[in-house]
Amino acid sequence: MDKTPQTLPRESYTYSASINSEIRRAADTGIYDIRGGGAKRKVPSFDDLLFLGASISRYPLEGYRERCDTSVTLGTRFAKKPIELKIPVTIAGMSFGALSGPAKEALGRGATLAGTSTTTGDGGMTNEERGHSEKLVYQYLPSRYGMNPNDLRRADAIEIVVGQGAKPGGGGMLLGQKITERVARMRNLPIGIDQRSACRHPDWTGPDDLEIKILEIREITNWEKPIYIKIGGARPYYDTALAVKAGADVVVLDGMQGGTAATQDVFIEHVGQPTLACIRPAVKALQDLGMHRKVQLVVSGGIRSGADVAKALALGADAVAIGTAALIALGENDPKWAAEYDTLGTTADAYDDWHEGKDPAGITTQDPELMKRFDPIEGARKLRNFLAVMTLECQTIARACGKSHVHNLEPEDLCSLTLEAAAMAGVPLAGTSWIPGQGGF
Amino acid sequence: MQTIDLAKTPLRELNQALQAQAEQTNQTEWVIENPKGGHAIAVGLDAPIEVTVKGSTGYYCAGMNQQATIKVTGSAGPGVAENMMSGTVIIDGDASQYAGATGQGGLLVIKGNASSRCGISMKGIDIVVHGNIGHMSAFMAQSGNLVVLGDAGDALGDSLYEARLFVRGKVKSLGADCIEKEMRPEHVEILKDLLERAGADADPSEFKRYGSARKLYNFHVDHAGAY
Repeated sequence: MDKTPQTLPRESYTYSASINSEIRRAADTGIYDIRGGGAKRKVPSFDDLLFLGASISRYPLEGYRERCDTSVTLGTRFAKKPIELKIPVTIAGMSFGALSGPAKEALGRGATLAGTSTTTGDGGMTNEERGHSEKLVYQYLPSRYGMNPNDLRRADAIEIVVGQGAKPGGGGMLLGQKITERVARMRNLPIGIDQRSACRHPDWTGPDDLEIKILEIREITNWEKPIYIKIGGARPYYDTALAVKAGADVVVLDGMQGGTAATQDVFIEHVGQPTLACIRPAVKALQDLGMHRKVQLVVSGGIRSGADVAKALALGADAVAIGTAALIALGENDPKWAAEYDTLGTTADAYDDWHEGKDPAGITTQDPELMKRFDPIEGARKLRNFLAVMTLECQTIARACGKSHVHNLEPEDLCSLTLEAAAMAGVPLAGTSWIPGQGGF
Repeated sequence: MQTIDLAKTPLRELNQALQAQAEQTNQTEWVIENPKGGHAIAVGLDAPIEVTVKGSTGYYCAGMNQQATIKVTGSAGPGVAENMMSGTVIIDGDASQYAGATGQGGLLVIKGNASSRCGISMKGIDIVVHGNIGHMSAFMAQSGNLVVLGDAGDALGDSLYEARLFVRGKVKSLGADCIEKEMRPEHVEILKDLLERAGADADPSEFKRYGSARKLYNFHVDHAGAY
């Protein structure tokens, strides 16, 4: 018997099992991988930041006793009717079509119970969604599917979507499996075709046109509705400045961890910047223009907890939006469907083929049988609970930092565990006063 | 007849007055003077009134129109009648790019020429252009009819869905998945009706019909070269 010592099999970092599986899949099918969700790669994030808490020079507020406000008003610049929210966490835009009707209903109900807003998506506004959402933001997208002046007027705010964190510069794709009769009718398309959403608006290009487009929308809606502009995390300083110049009331900034219903994996993972890297440039643009807190900033992309909320606010955001986390709160990727995820060739918490419409949780599907698994009332309860927990967590941190309103959190309350995050967030590396990129280093 | 002079009246007051007209209004005729290329004139209307704009307009004139008949005696800037739902919009002169973009209903008549991307992403609107249209017209057009008495520029009907395109003159080139199709009797009837409603003196038999080959409706890697 050969006793020669053997080295253990060594997997290449460059050619890992994951990479090799994708090469094999591409070689077999000849098409790129499409999936839902946001960037899965590890990027500098809120996890790399810590709050300092109170000390001799800062005194804290008493938990559960001393008040720590969480209210936020969006749209104070030009709109006659700004949106008043009880909490600084909103629900991001997700379409009826990508999501089932009951899932959209649950988002509306849950947001309303929590005192916040929810947002439509590509495909238009449904009566159910409007009915169940006390405050509904209506997205104005390049595709203009279902766009009409009546819905513009019954919205509480209008969000002009320029970009999305998962795919700055990209449009959308809703595969034929999800284009049911109702979805097709709302989008004025044949049933069962792959529906493309354009990557840029059909009737304006550039910030000068956008200013006129906003004028038109304000004229149609009697200058009542706050106008948001949503941008992906591409060039946050200039995009924010141009959004302000174009007349936005609110800028929604979505980093690369923000989800999509369906896009090429290569796009999701390789285009755009991490949310953490986008916030300070956007805030600086607002500050340079004297518009910080006058034009509100809503940050999205990978917000999962009250700590993330507190960190985004401390870096200068006025509110955050959640999408993927809201779906998980509803029951998406729940391990109770483990056997079915296995059948689909994946696992709970990793399932992202939302475009195929086979979601075992009945959320990202238009299949009537799968949809029956999802109870919108129970989903709304869970979402409301999750939003309440996020808010309580954010308040806990704010009180620990001595803040009577979550908006009083500031960069000075933070330090960073890594050089990268310190540079991106503009806060000192823990244990030092060093902010990489500032002070000549 | 109501007359509003935009040299003296702010845009907001104009649109507010027009938008306030109800279904049964007896103020059915409106004249707007001195538009001077202003933007967002007569947008968001929703009543069966007749509005005449004496002069030329800037961006988005008659945007999202419902029910109203809006006539521009001059030329119109980009995005005229964008996302129109119903009613009629008539431009005596030329129209700039994106005329009738994403329109979902109603009739847009352009008596002069229309620039690029006329009828882009149209969703049910009917557009009749007496003159020529520019490149990339009817790009991703979903439904409705685009009638062109003159010539069409490059890449007509690129990535077309179910909209029908009728062109009397030359087509410089067809876009991806757009092909010439047989003109059947039902198409002649549709065209005849539109020409009549648009005040266009033309013989339907002189037109060719273009539509979607429907080869790109479901993505297939073998079609990637078409884009």
